[in-house]
Amino acid sequence: MAFGAFTTTAAPPTDAGARKRSKVALILLLPGLAYLALFFLVPLVSLVLTSLQSKVPGGDIGEYQFDLVFANYGTVVGQYGEHILRSFGYALVATVLALLFSYPLAYFLGVTLRRFPLLQALGLTLVIAPFFISFLLRTLAWKQILSDEGMVLGTLKNLSVLPADAHVTGTAGAVIFGLAYNFIPFMTLPIYTSLEKLDLRYVEAGGDLYASPARTFFSVTLPLSAPGVISGTLLTFIPAAGDYVNASNSFLGSPDTAMIGNAIESNFLTQQNYPAAASLSIILMATILVLVAAYVRRSGTEDLV
Amino acid sequence: MADGGAGGFAEAGADLELVGITKRFPGFTAIEDLNLTIPAGSFFALLGPSGCGKTTTLRLVAGLEDPTAGRILIGGKDVTTTKPYQRPVNTVFQSYALFPHMTVLENVAFGLKRRRIADAIPRAHEALRLVELDHVAQRKPAQLSGGQQQRVALARAVVNRPALLLLDEPLGALDLKLRRQMQLELKDIQQDVGLTFLHVTHDQEEAMTMADTVAVMNKGEIEQMGAPEELYELPKTAFVANFLGQSNLFTGTVSSTSADSIVVSVGDTKIEVPRERAQRHAGAVTIGVRPEKLMLHTSAPKAVSGTNVIGPGRVTDVSFSGVSTQYQVAVKGLGSIVVFAQNMVFGPVVNVGAEVWLAWTVDHGFGLADDPADAPRFEPDTSTRSLAIQKRESLEAELDDEA
Repeated sequence: MAFGAFTTTAAPPTDAGARKRSKVALILLLPGLAYLALFFLVPLVSLVLTSLQSKVPGGDIGEYQFDLVFANYGTVVGQYGEHILRSFGYALVATVLALLFSYPLAYFLGVTLRRFPLLQALGLTLVIAPFFISFLLRTLAWKQILSDEGMVLGTLKNLSVLPADAHVTGTAGAVIFGLAYNFIPFMTLPIYTSLEKLDLRYVEAGGDLYASPARTFFSVTLPLSAPGVISGTLLTFIPAAGDYVNASNSFLGSPDTAMIGNAIESNFLTQQNYPAAASLSIILMATILVLVAAYVRRSGTEDLV
Repeated sequence: MADGGAGGFAEAGADLELVGITKRFPGFTAIEDLNLTIPAGSFFALLGPSGCGKTTTLRLVAGLEDPTAGRILIGGKDVTTTKPYQRPVNTVFQSYALFPHMTVLENVAFGLKRRRIADAIPRAHEALRLVELDHVAQRKPAQLSGGQQQRVALARAVVNRPALLLLDEPLGALDLKLRRQMQLELKDIQQDVGLTFLHVTHDQEEAMTMADTVAVMNKGEIEQMGAPEELYELPKTAFVANFLGQSNLFTGTVSSTSADSIVVSVGDTKIEVPRERAQRHAGAVTIGVRPEKLMLHTSAPKAVSGTNVIGPGRVTDVSFSGVSTQYQVAVKGLGSIVVFAQNMVFGPVVNVGAEVWLAWTVDHGFGLADDPADAPRFEPDTSTRSLAIQKRESLEAELDDEA
């Protein structure tokens, strides 16, 4: 009898049936909602509260009390403004580089290899293959490769192509390279998904209507793969802006290349300045939210996410 | 805009000339040594069953495929190696291929803008008015019905006034009324501007009503080419005789010849065919006559010179189709013969089982250059029921093609 509510009988569906269904849906949703509340909402509120705390007068290092010190935000912006700008700058450049690298790769996999499913599968596996090794290990490996006495620089120096004091690690270039490298699969896969479905007859029609191959690419192929490009850039830009591994001293960065993530890490773990770390986190979150909202709105593809 | 072809509007249509075109795909040959000349300003139809190479021919002309051998000339200029976007050609694609991310107007204006035509938007509106779709100019193609999309595709090609317009089954998705209307519109456009139209279709009726010249294509070759009436009245091969309308074909040996006719013995029956309407005059030949040329007689007609009489036969099936009635008559030694009779009186003249004689004027017969065995012909299963099933299946297949 309970199943009666789900079967489509000759009788028109009643409100009771719909309500029963929605009740079941609600029960099924409950674990997810509870999870979100416990592991997202609570920490978020806690983070906001932490960001407004003030130092316990005469207390130890790392002792803070409940307060509403909105000035914390001003302080961190003043102190870490450079880090914040650097984060978004690096993330932007890395996203553009990753896009320039990934689009041709995705096009090759999704369009050129379309008639060879086996090669296509192999190519995709190769794109995903780096995930089989830890993100940290891969970044460390690059540190080795690019180190001052490493394979690349050592050889170039011995050949006198580069001066003896040249170095790559610790520069902005190395950090941006690391970011772009690490997020290439996140860029490639969504673009691949878009291009794989691309109907080549549109491309033919473009050629038939006097558009050169380049013109056809910009007015037909690129707009039709825009959903993939937008997903890919978001999947790259958002985590790259908050990344603190590539830019840290122990990996590809130096104090001069520290990003907002490094500042948060240092405040939380080393300086034990929790309100500063929390304010920085919230600034990062809010800025990304605003930027992404503006980007998605401008791209006119609200229906893609 | 260095080349005169792609820049500006075509003043008039251009000749299309295919010289020794061969196209091989891995594993099969689509077109074998095709030679074809389409004079400027003509409405030319390539007619054939699916897989006969007609769409490949169109794609070769558009530049979407490269020929394995041979040359393509448009207006006397060799375009074999030029890219599609450099050819003064536009295509109405069977799949429409309307850009889904652009509005209808942007789609129609696309070609004009690529050629930097100043008044692209007004011209696009004008083309849309021609296909009666100006009111949906701001919609996306996905918001239109199949028929509307097809008209947009037509407008998008016609607006460019190409020297040569290629149409790949362009009217397939339209209902009968709209189809007729579009056929007339197309003919008007073609006559107004004098464009050359190359129309590819499997619909013999569409080809015959619209085209000045029809080429019937089969297995990568042109079987016969000519004006629609000529093709219908005097088919030269069994394939043409059966693909364009229906034919009754008989195979026999020539028993006697005179100055202006040959007499063919088919079993015990002697059938006379005018000499100039027969492709072969000796040995084993196949002759035929169209079903509507046959007269049904319920008693043996008097043998008159200039008339072929066969019979007696037995009516095995009668199917009424409004304007005419189709009779199936089994004649001993000749097999099953189809007769179309105009419905001059109410209801069929004879019923199933009746004994009938068939007569036709000698001048209506034709002699083929090949044998029916050369053409793919199915076992004639012509009961009303099986005809209905066949019709249904072909309609379903057509619907599947569109989906």
